[in-house]
Amino acid sequence: MLTKRIIPCLDIKEGRTVKGTNFVDLRDAGDPVELGAFYAENGADELVFLDITATIDNRKTLVELVKQVARQVNIPFTVGGGIGSIEDVSALLHAGADKVSINSSAVRRPGLVDELALQFGSQCIIVAIDTRFVDGIDWVHTHGGRNITPIKTIEWAKEVEQRGAGEILLTSMDTDGTKAGFANQLTAEISSNSSIPIIASGGAGTMEDFYDVFTLGKADAGLAASIFHFKEIEINALKNYLAKKGIPMRI
Amino acid sequence: MNIAIIKYNAGNVASVMYALDRIGAKYTWTDDEKIIKSADKVIFPGVGEASTAMAYLKEKGLDQLIPTLKQPVLATCIGMQLLCKHSEENDTECMGVFDVNIQRFQSNAVKIPHVGWNSIKAQGENDLMKGLNEWEYVYFVHSFYAPVYQDTSAVCDYIQPFSAMLQKDNFFAAQFHAEISGKVGQKIIQNFLDL
Repeated sequence: MLTKRIIPCLDIKEGRTVKGTNFVDLRDAGDPVELGAFYAENGADELVFLDITATIDNRKTLVELVKQVARQVNIPFTVGGGIGSIEDVSALLHAGADKVSINSSAVRRPGLVDELALQFGSQCIIVAIDTRFVDGIDWVHTHGGRNITPIKTIEWAKEVEQRGAGEILLTSMDTDGTKAGFANQLTAEISSNSSIPIIASGGAGTMEDFYDVFTLGKADAGLAASIFHFKEIEINALKNYLAKKGIPMRI
Repeated sequence: MNIAIIKYNAGNVASVMYALDRIGAKYTWTDDEKIIKSADKVIFPGVGEASTAMAYLKEKGLDQLIPTLKQPVLATCIGMQLLCKHSEENDTECMGVFDVNIQRFQSNAVKIPHVGWNSIKAQGENDLMKGLNEWEYVYFVHSFYAPVYQDTSAVCDYIQPFSAMLQKDNFFAAQFHAEISGKVGQKIIQNFLDL
């Protein structure tokens, strides 16, 4: 049976993992390669590396980092942050990334999604959507959620699928960082109207939040960062909990 | 050991190379007929679309070479589909090593493509799943599939049972991506190298 996926997200700045971590058993918890390998060994179904600085200078660092991760990690991993061109994607895929995630650049120029899907195949193109609820409607936001756009989230999700996105990474700015649960209603609405997988992100605080996002939210995957990094929730324990409650999991 | 990875226009093979690096195996990425013929093992990977991939193989004469190879050949994902007889993806005649036609998943109830970790079960003769459990999880990404037939060596269920692996003489094929399927995938690749 196809399982639901649990995905830890690692924020990267100048080649290092940011947001402190609580992994006392790792030699260097700031080393994304070591942390990624640790997660791969301990139940993660996939990894996402998000370059939060994403300047041109850091591109080379990122490509080097991707090579090291690819050497160590034997599960699929995605790289995102500041990706805006076919050349960026080509460099990251050739370095060993399995998928790339694009966000603001797709909003700026939606045709980029078509071009990337045509060139590399939909299976490796994730469109990340940052969304926030403003005046009764969910709107797409860019630049880490700071800038509102005139695009409705529901419509953008449909559009990127039609343009060839292979998966959608939906982050709710309303729930992100709250640890009060995922944005289940919006996630469900998008997932029900979509044929591609939806990765839900933002708001995970408890194991039950993941249960809810897979049932109420109809998500195909759940992504979180700090609760995993600080070992508030261990991935294997989370997967056992979900499996016991009837959610298909790779144990 | 001398491993040839067939070079063609279907997708990115970095993950396959890194998987071999992790095992410590040496390989050559090549479309040179002589090197491919003389290799101890041949890997035919790929991510992409069937008709453009077949057109490229024909242009290089690889569509004639591959079915005649005598050493163990491991084909994955689109590589496996190209070894079958025909693909519904843009009505493509393929190489016909495996006597089965590739079809498109059809469903209004579940998502297509089939993306993620799904369980497979060995069936009949399966040399690559030796030492693994009867059921194992591996990573899939595909919209087209080979139905279950006499050369099916592992079955997966999505919408209906389909061939997760095929095996016939010296040809071994996997629909999933062994190179990123964790320890299970690594064992499958190791078993292939140990043949």
